Order: sequence, then structure tokens, then C-alpha cells
Amino acid sequence: MGSDKRILDPDKEMRKIKADKRMREIMAAYYIEAKTPREQRGKPIAWITSGGPVEPLHVMDVIPIYPENYGAMIGASKMGVGLCETAESMGYSRDLCSYARADIASATVNGGPIGGLPEPDMLICCNNICGTVLKWYEVLARYFNVPLFILDTPITHTRFDDDMRRYVTRQSREYVAFLEQVCDKPFDYDRMKVVGELSLRAQELWQQVLDTTIHKPAPMTCFDAFFHLAMIVTLRGTQTAVDYYEMLLAEMRDRVARGIGMLPVEKYRLVWDNIPIWYRMRWLSEKFMARSACLVADTYTSGWTGWLPHADRNDFLGFMGESYARIFLNSGTDLMAENILRMVKKYDADGVVFHSNRSCKPYSLGQYDIQRIVQEKMGIPTLMIEADMVDERSFAESQIETRIDAFIEMLG
Amino acid sequence: MISVGVDVGSISAKAVVMQENAILASAVLLTGYNARKAGRQAFDQVLAAAKITAEQVDRIVATGYGRNSVDFADRAVTEITCHAAGAHHLDPTVRAIIDIGGQDSKAIVLDANGKVKDFAMNDKCAAGTGRFLEVMARALELDLDAFGDLSLAADRAAPISSMCTVFAESEVISLIAKGERRANIIAGIHASIAARVVAMARRIGLRPPVMMTGGVARNIGVVRALEEKMGGALIVSDRAQVTGAIGAALIAATL
Repeated sequence: MGSDKRILDPDKEMRKIKADKRMREIMAAYYIEAKTPREQRGKPIAWITSGGPVEPLHVMDVIPIYPENYGAMIGASKMGVGLCETAESMGYSRDLCSYARADIASATVNGGPIGGLPEPDMLICCNNICGTVLKWYEVLARYFNVPLFILDTPITHTRFDDDMRRYVTRQSREYVAFLEQVCDKPFDYDRMKVVGELSLRAQELWQQVLDTTIHKPAPMTCFDAFFHLAMIVTLRGTQTAVDYYEMLLAEMRDRVARGIGMLPVEKYRLVWDNIPIWYRMRWLSEKFMARSACLVADTYTSGWTGWLPHADRNDFLGFMGESYARIFLNSGTDLMAENILRMVKKYDADGVVFHSNRSCKPYSLGQYDIQRIVQEKMGIPTLMIEADMVDERSFAESQIETRIDAFIEMLG
Repeated sequence: MISVGVDVGSISAKAVVMQENAILASAVLLTGYNARKAGRQAFDQVLAAAKITAEQVDRIVATGYGRNSVDFADRAVTEITCHAAGAHHLDPTVRAIIDIGGQDSKAIVLDANGKVKDFAMNDKCAAGTGRFLEVMARALELDLDAFGDLSLAADRAAPISSMCTVFAESEVISLIAKGERRANIIAGIHASIAARVVAMARRIGLRPPVMMTGGVARNIGVVRALEEKMGGALIVSDRAQVTGAIGAALIAATL
């Protein structure tokens, strides 16, 4: 028996994040509850876009389910190509977002990781992340024959004015009225205060977790952040998320205090831009690690904390619309470039890695300009990787490996 | 110090042996399906041509797509860094490189020391590469080596608009069917490569003097088409095809 025991590398074991286990337990419990038959679980289910206002759902005891989070799971479990092909055979163009294709296909075949998502009772769509979600959710609404609420956030470019504020604030009230009607119960405004505070608290803690990588060596990389992000996306507004991020933050601070980095040697510090390439996380992580390059920060995982500066803690519903409209993906290239410049300085980065994501047009459109701005203002090298977040057919391994190698040679 | 650079590309394998800054010999052969074997053969050939033995070689650097399969090399370095080092050696005034090889086209901007400042490579597609030209030569039933000279007799460049190699090939076939002059079709093929490569190169701020490297530099038609599109002259060394291997040998000498 003893001879079968796996020999663990003590250095690797020391660098592993211990909170991972708790994270998996929480996410498993979350999906188990959601997948429990409706009669037993009692709570209705809403499918919601990743940048959608989830807090009012928690107030109304609605379980939020994220097709985009599921898209990431599909990608990570390398089931993306099969589902994308199913969607293409249904008539959806290959140029359409791979989250949309994979999600629409999985709804019809009950396939994919965890055997598909539980059917929605309602759909909440906020177009602050892209325009594709409008049509995507309309398709879902027709398919499942359930009510759809659309929160329309005007693109903010470089400013947010009073007209925009009125426009989105009025929609927040309409959102509440929609929920009251679908759930057939009055909205609990006192509970909104509690949920709102928990959401803001989780966002603050998450940002603090991300900021521990300012320390050298960084206690985690963006590949770890991509994993631990699931909670801020799906469970912000709950005590569970707050408790979890407190635990994760304590672990990161302990690692910082003990000088434990995620990489044995941290020679270069890099910033990642765009959604992860989910099916190649390990490959990419190992490629960069083998070259002593640590991806210390990214624009993606901090996307869920960007509205903290606009928060009014006494009136969550009052600022909710504005804060969701002001996420960086809903702004212009100038603000997106500023965001990256700020991150390069904050995390003392030596270079920026851009994932030009075939699926995500709003995220990828301005990247060549942002790349030029970073080079001009910071004088640091940048790398452009052309791929897709879920559709592996858009990933050319040897071309990408050559680009990564050449980029590291430029840094050295 | 005797150093060797081995550049195993997707179509051809190249090797250069250098002593200090002087090129003793170079070799070029087809890669075939076995990159490891091609690297070894290029190495053996170049040593034979220089009349030296493997024991006399101090350092070896491998580059190109097959760089990691050259198991006898001291280090693998990307073709981007090697082309920059090689071009800088051939002409230190060079500030940008257009390299068109078998399966990729690259633009590289370098500093006064031959160090890479930025680069761009073609998307995951063979249009605008040597392979694209090979496919077109087959469609036209011509030897690729004749392409350059033939295209100079064109009175216009036949329009070829498809971004896809396979579709561009069918465009060529329909041009043949329409009775378009062969020289004009070839000129159109060259113009389509030039348009694609120059657009990519401009993205990273191409600035003169620009050198063209890689096997496709031997095609005068592509060189002229690029010059026309860029609005400026290209420096083309007679060592264009082995520039990457020269760079690899130079880097080997610094190890």
C-alpha cells in the first residue's frame, strides 16, 4: 500500500494555495443546490450575464446562474469545440462569441460539465459587457419561454453624465418591479442594504487579495485569480463570499509575510489583458513559469471591483445602475488604456500580455491602440496572443509558443 | 571561437558556421517531415563545407519552428531574435525587418544594437507566406524560382482579394480560365502578399532602412511589390535565406 503512495514535491506543495479546496466545496454546493429539483429547492433560478446586477436577486432569494461562468467551465474542461460545433450546426455563425455558442448548444443537449445548467425561471441581461448578450438572451427567452429583463447601459466612453445616471437609475427601479412581479412578493429594501453591503465588502476583499501581488515575489498569479474569481462573479452579495475572501486574503498575507511566491523564481512581472484562454490555462501557466515570468495582475479579475469608487453605501439601488454602467468594458479605449497603465505602475510590471480574443469584440477591439499607448508611455515590451477563450480551434500552439519565447527574449 | 547556427524552418533547414564575425560556410536543404534529422543534416553539411569537425565547434544555437527538436544545440532562440541579430550583422543601419518564410511572415523593429523592440507575426493562416506562393506555383504549373522574373513582365497586377490561401487559389484558377496573362496573375499574387505583410508591419511602426530576410526574399517580384506598397526601398542581402542562422551563430558565440 505504502509503495503506491504518490511522492509529492515539497516545494510545489508549499506553493499550492490551501484555500483552493474550500473554493471547490463552495462552488460544488452552489451548483448542487441549483441543480436540485425545483420543488425541493424552493428558490427560483435566474440566468444572468457576468456583469449583471446580481444583488437584487439575492434579496429576492433567487439563485443566480451565470452562463458565462459555465462557458469558462466548458472551456476549461475542453468541451468547447464540441458544443461550438453543435451551435454551428444549428445555424449560429462561427464568428459569434464562443460563450454564447457553447451555452446555447448546451441548453439544447443537456450536455457539458455538470450535465448542463438548471433551467431558468427568468433571465437578467445587462449589456454593459457586450451587445451579443441581447440576442443571446432573447434566444434563451424564446427557447425556455421565461421572462427576460434587459438593463441597458449606455457606453460611457470617457464620461458619465446626469442623463445617463437618470436613465440607468430608472431601470434599477424597473428591475425591482420586474422581480416583484416574477417572484410574486414585495421587494425587501432593508435586506437590500445588507446584501449591498456584503457585495461591496466582498469586492473590497477581492481587490485586497489581488493587491497582495504588489509584493515581490507575488504570492499568486493571475492564473490563480482566474480560478478564485468564480466566487465574486457568482456569490457576491452573500456572507459565503465575504467569509471565503477573508480566508483567502489571510492566506495571501501569510504567504507575503513568509516570502512564499507562486513561482520558485520571479524574474519578470507581467500584466495580462482579456479573458483567459480557459482550455490552455495550465499550458500557459507552465510556459510562463518555466521562463520565470509571473503574471502578477490582469484586467479581467479586477473587472468586478471597478465600481467601488462610485459606491454610495447608504443607497445601493441608487448607485447600482451607475456602477454597473461604469465597468471598464463599457468604457472607451482611452479609459481601458489608462487602466492598464495604472496596473503596470501599481504592480511594477515589466511587460503586458494581450490576449486578442476572437470571441470578445468589446474587450479586443482597442488592443492594438492600447498596445501602442503602453509602449509609448511606459517603454515596455508587449505581446499579442491571438486565440479564443473557449474555441480551441482558434489556438495555434507552435505560433503562440514562438511569440511567448520571443517576448521573453525581448524582456531579457 | 567557432559557432554554428541551425535554423530549422517549416520548409527548409539552414545552417551557418562562423568564426568570430566571419561566415565560413552555409547550407540550405529541405526540412521534410523530420525536423530533428534535417537539423542534423544541415549541421553536418555546413561543417563539411567549412572543412571542420564537430569537435572544433564551441557553441551551437538552434532557431526556427524546429528549434526545440535540435537536441545537440546549446540553446534554442526564436527566429525573431535571430533574424534581428543576423540582419544587424549584415547591415548595422537596419531598423526594421520583413521576414517571409515558409509558414509565417514577420515584421520586426530593432534598435541600434540589433535588439528586438517589437514584432508582429501573421495570424494563424498561411496567406502571405512562402507556402502561399508554393500553392500558387502549383496552380499555375510553374517552378517557384521562375515566379520573380516572370512577374516583372506584367502590365498589371490581376486582382486577388481572398484572405484565404485555398480561396485565393480558386481565384487564380478562374483568372486562368478568363485568359488573364500569367505574368499579371503572378504580379497579383505578389501584390496580395505585399498588401497583407505591409499592413501588419505598419502596425508596429515600420521605419527605414528596412531589410527583407527569409527565403521569399529571393523572389524579386515580391521584393518589388513590397517596395511599391511601402513606398521605399528594401535592403536584400544575398544571404537573406540564412539570416536567421547567421543570427543564431552570432548569439551562440556570446554564450
